[in-house]
Amino acid sequence: MTNPTELTLAEARDAVKARKLSSLELTKAHLAAIEQGRVLNAYVTETPEKALTMASASDARLAKGEGGPLEGLPIGVKDLYATEGVHTQACSHILDKFKPAYESTVTAQLWRDGAVMLGKLNMDEFAMGSSNETSYYGPVASPWLPPNWSVEKARAALKSDKRGLLVPGGSSGGSASAVAARLCLAATASDTGGSIRQPAAFTGTVGIKPTYGRCSRYGMVAFASSLDQAGPLARTVRDAAIMLRSMAGPDPKDSTCFDGPVPDYEAAVGRSVKGRVIGVPKEYRLDGMNPEIEKLWAEGVEWMRAAGARIVDISLPNTRHALPAYYIVAPAEASSNLARYDGVRYGLREPGKDIIDLYEKTRAAGFGAEVRRRVMIGTYVLSAGYYDAYYVRAQKIRTLIKRDFERVFADGVDAILTPATPSAAFGIGEKGSGDPVEMYLNDVFTVTVNMAGLPGIATPAGLSAEGLPLGLQLIGRPFDEETLFAFGEVIEQSAGRMTLPQPWWL
Amino acid sequence: MSVDQATVRRIARLARIAVKDEELPHLQGEINAILSFVEELGAVDVSGVEPMTSVIPMKLPMREDVVSDGAIEQKVLGNAPLAEDDFFLVPKVIE
Amino acid sequence: MAQSETARLIKGATGDWEVIVGLEVHAQVTSRSKLFSGASTEFGGAPNSHVSLVDAAMPGMLPVINAECIAQAVRTGLGLKAKINHRSTFDRKNYFYPDLPQGYQISQYKSPIVGEGEILVDLSHDRSIKVGIERLHLEQDAGKSLHDQSPNMSFVDLNRSGVALMEIVSKPDMRSADEAKAYVTKLRAILRYIGSCDGDMEKGNLRADVNVSVRKPGARLGTRCEIKNVNSIRFIGQAIETEARRQIAIIEDGGSIEQETRLFDPSRGETRSLRSKEEAHDYRYFPDPDLLPLEFDEAFVASLAAHLPELPDAKKARFMADYGLSSYDAGVLVAERETADYFEAAAAYGGVKRDAKAVANWIMGDLAAFANSQSFSVAETHVKPAQIADLVDLIEAKVISGKIAKDVLAIVIAEEKDAMPSAIVEKRSLKQVTDTGAIEAAVDAIIAANPDKVAQAKAKPTMLGWFVGQVMKSTGGKANPQAVNDMLKRKLDV
Repeated sequence: MTNPTELTLAEARDAVKARKLSSLELTKAHLAAIEQGRVLNAYVTETPEKALTMASASDARLAKGEGGPLEGLPIGVKDLYATEGVHTQACSHILDKFKPAYESTVTAQLWRDGAVMLGKLNMDEFAMGSSNETSYYGPVASPWLPPNWSVEKARAALKSDKRGLLVPGGSSGGSASAVAARLCLAATASDTGGSIRQPAAFTGTVGIKPTYGRCSRYGMVAFASSLDQAGPLARTVRDAAIMLRSMAGPDPKDSTCFDGPVPDYEAAVGRSVKGRVIGVPKEYRLDGMNPEIEKLWAEGVEWMRAAGARIVDISLPNTRHALPAYYIVAPAEASSNLARYDGVRYGLREPGKDIIDLYEKTRAAGFGAEVRRRVMIGTYVLSAGYYDAYYVRAQKIRTLIKRDFERVFADGVDAILTPATPSAAFGIGEKGSGDPVEMYLNDVFTVTVNMAGLPGIATPAGLSAEGLPLGLQLIGRPFDEETLFAFGEVIEQSAGRMTLPQPWWL
Repeated sequence: MSVDQATVRRIARLARIAVKDEELPHLQGEINAILSFVEELGAVDVSGVEPMTSVIPMKLPMREDVVSDGAIEQKVLGNAPLAEDDFFLVPKVIE
Repeated sequence: MAQSETARLIKGATGDWEVIVGLEVHAQVTSRSKLFSGASTEFGGAPNSHVSLVDAAMPGMLPVINAECIAQAVRTGLGLKAKINHRSTFDRKNYFYPDLPQGYQISQYKSPIVGEGEILVDLSHDRSIKVGIERLHLEQDAGKSLHDQSPNMSFVDLNRSGVALMEIVSKPDMRSADEAKAYVTKLRAILRYIGSCDGDMEKGNLRADVNVSVRKPGARLGTRCEIKNVNSIRFIGQAIETEARRQIAIIEDGGSIEQETRLFDPSRGETRSLRSKEEAHDYRYFPDPDLLPLEFDEAFVASLAAHLPELPDAKKARFMADYGLSSYDAGVLVAERETADYFEAAAAYGGVKRDAKAVANWIMGDLAAFANSQSFSVAETHVKPAQIADLVDLIEAKVISGKIAKDVLAIVIAEEKDAMPSAIVEKRSLKQVTDTGAIEAAVDAIIAANPDKVAQAKAKPTMLGWFVGQVMKSTGGKANPQAVNDMLKRKLDV
């Protein structure tokens, strides 16, 4: 019998429902894998007892012929989701020892649907990062071996400072690594500028950021309120669709959450795309672009054509302004959202001679370098004299970016095909130490989607010459995730299911 | 647009994050790197364009005026670094 | 300059000074739960017991707006004859303070829910002024820090954190402490009429930031100082007077006024600077991304307008027209809605139209005196409108005199709380004597007994009063004083 961790989420679901496999067996297999994969540092908190309890309860329900859409399926949860009574720190030191007395809506819905919690997954601190290197708990290793590295070298690096091993991407690095390494069937993640899609592309997994407002943000540690969205990371398009259906939905506790029904996303997987229109935006072809990525993109276009879609060249003129505008809007909102981390009501408190001293010392000790940078940039661009020149201007550019997409969709385009990342995964310690902007450029293809509030999916499309996964991104109309799943499945079928690495870290 | 060290100090104070003197130059460099990255936005023609106020076309949902929350002192104070008699304690604030 | 205007000027060493006053009033919205959370707004309560996870700013918490608070703001805007903005937005005002858990206050900076309006303010000399309203917006209140519980620590209670406030900003139209006090009094009355705020300044449900500047008449506006959180009408007046004098003294000494925030210290009767040594707050306002713009239509506003109670100005005008009351009397009665209702209930009791002025006098006089002694309002006493109506009817029918009526009311107040005055009069035989014969007999008896005084009366007509007193005494106060007076006049030939 295959190791149950080799199953996709859909396969495991069917097996468990058919009582061919118990949730307990499935969960135990994953707990074992987690133990063996601990060196990857994907999990920051493991919840084996809770998992076993939940699995047993699922088995009881399944025995009665009952059960929800995710009944008995073991899932990992990104550390920024509030999970009642369980470590929730957004991988920051400033939330030291914080255990919420409440549950996020998204995870509550997963448990409502029968899923089993394996633990909390590593991430960039406060979701600020593109490589999971800003986490208070240290970097996460991708299960993909760096090119030309021997297993011995990799194992040695795992046990020391992990330098040179591949980043899984960020900020949902732990989620991506865990899914790719089969340490969970799927994981919750979040995306503010690309934090689901970029890690998906780096690890050969599928990640979707739904339309802004599709999922509730209640109980998610907020980074940038107008950009943050919850979404799943999984090994196949079908798996991602199944997860999203449980995660999405209206929530009166979140004023920005869309009050509309959730379609059966799984039913869209495999739907014909004949006659549907794919837009290819010329502005995503960057100067000096990695030729492998360009080739893969062209290949993607051919797959679409072969599946019966019509291809049109489109223009999204304000594309190149998205990344700089994002690095004004997101830090600005973050500087305000992170003001509550002050040592007064929860988390870390450093002693201070007066209240201002307490604030300053706590926040200096509690925030990592990247978070501090962004909070300060955010504070600056909102400050008197700079607000109009920076923040208001960036929000106007956002309107322009959104209009570009609206125009194109109004012209009949159903989805837009672009690369997901400018390169394959790089090494831990390789980027960002000199110029912070170097790291930001990872998000160049993904931030436009957050700025416009649209849904975007990243699907594995092939391997680089060095054998590393490369992904493609599809951008859709608001609340039309179904089209993304349909087109995503085309890529998955055309490229062939990505073969994920076997555990070399044992 | 770039910032001098005095401005970095001022921003740090506004953001309530302690910055040591020796950290100032490096932090100044980082912030200026980001500011020059975003500089190009100054040239974009945004005349007549409204700033984005809501990402999705939705009206602000409202809630009925009923007491549906509170009386959860344990949950509110449960993670407090320092509390006494159901108050949060902080070093004295001089007005 | 008009005479009344010069009367408001303050005399300084170098001439007359004009005081310019603007007020920002913070009124706690009457609602069951808070502006963006479902926790209770009830006063008091054990520390941190009226606090939700949203109020405590836990990670991942989000605001959801209370529909009633919106309605209350719109109602208030209508009561201020103001422009209602069908679209308004919420902004974050960012600063750090332990009683501000999120590190920002959700307020409305750029686009408030209510725009310009005005209040008609009645001043004591039967003069009224119009004070402009700049805007009204909704915002969150902060929690409370107790600094006196321990030597080194402050104790933070978030019960009030997130309670809905309406900030009502006036135009700088007031020119004296009296005008400012009258403005707050009228604004408070309007809020209480509408039911959007209870105006309880002791509980801190209504407080004012007072902006004061001075200038020589006709000169440019001076630099203003803001006196924060003044929580009684009396203190508002005192703060304005002391601050104006402080500013005048500085300028006349050759100095200049620095724009700053100050606090009024009632124990010393002066204001002191709140300005910290570091620079002024930079609030970094920006639109709250957790909230969408607030939008409603004209139908919503119209439905609220349709259910507004009659407001003080309209009620006063109606009292003057329908009841023939003077502006002053009508003004006193409508100051509190319950008093106005009480008056109308008494005036029309039993479906009978009686002397409204008389009813008003009893309410504003003896009844008010009793109420004040108990720290009640007129409507809160145990004296019913029916009892006042009965009293007035007895006098009107000449069953008792005004003097006896006062005694009867005193009996109702102190001894026979539920008794109708007519029953008391009956029981205690207080009916006044109107029988001319009986009165004549009493008058004749007094005249006969005091011949020397009769002679004096001819020379000194004011002696009539003595005779009246004597006759009243001899009849146990029951004789109709007017009849006695008339008869004595005739008989003494004065």
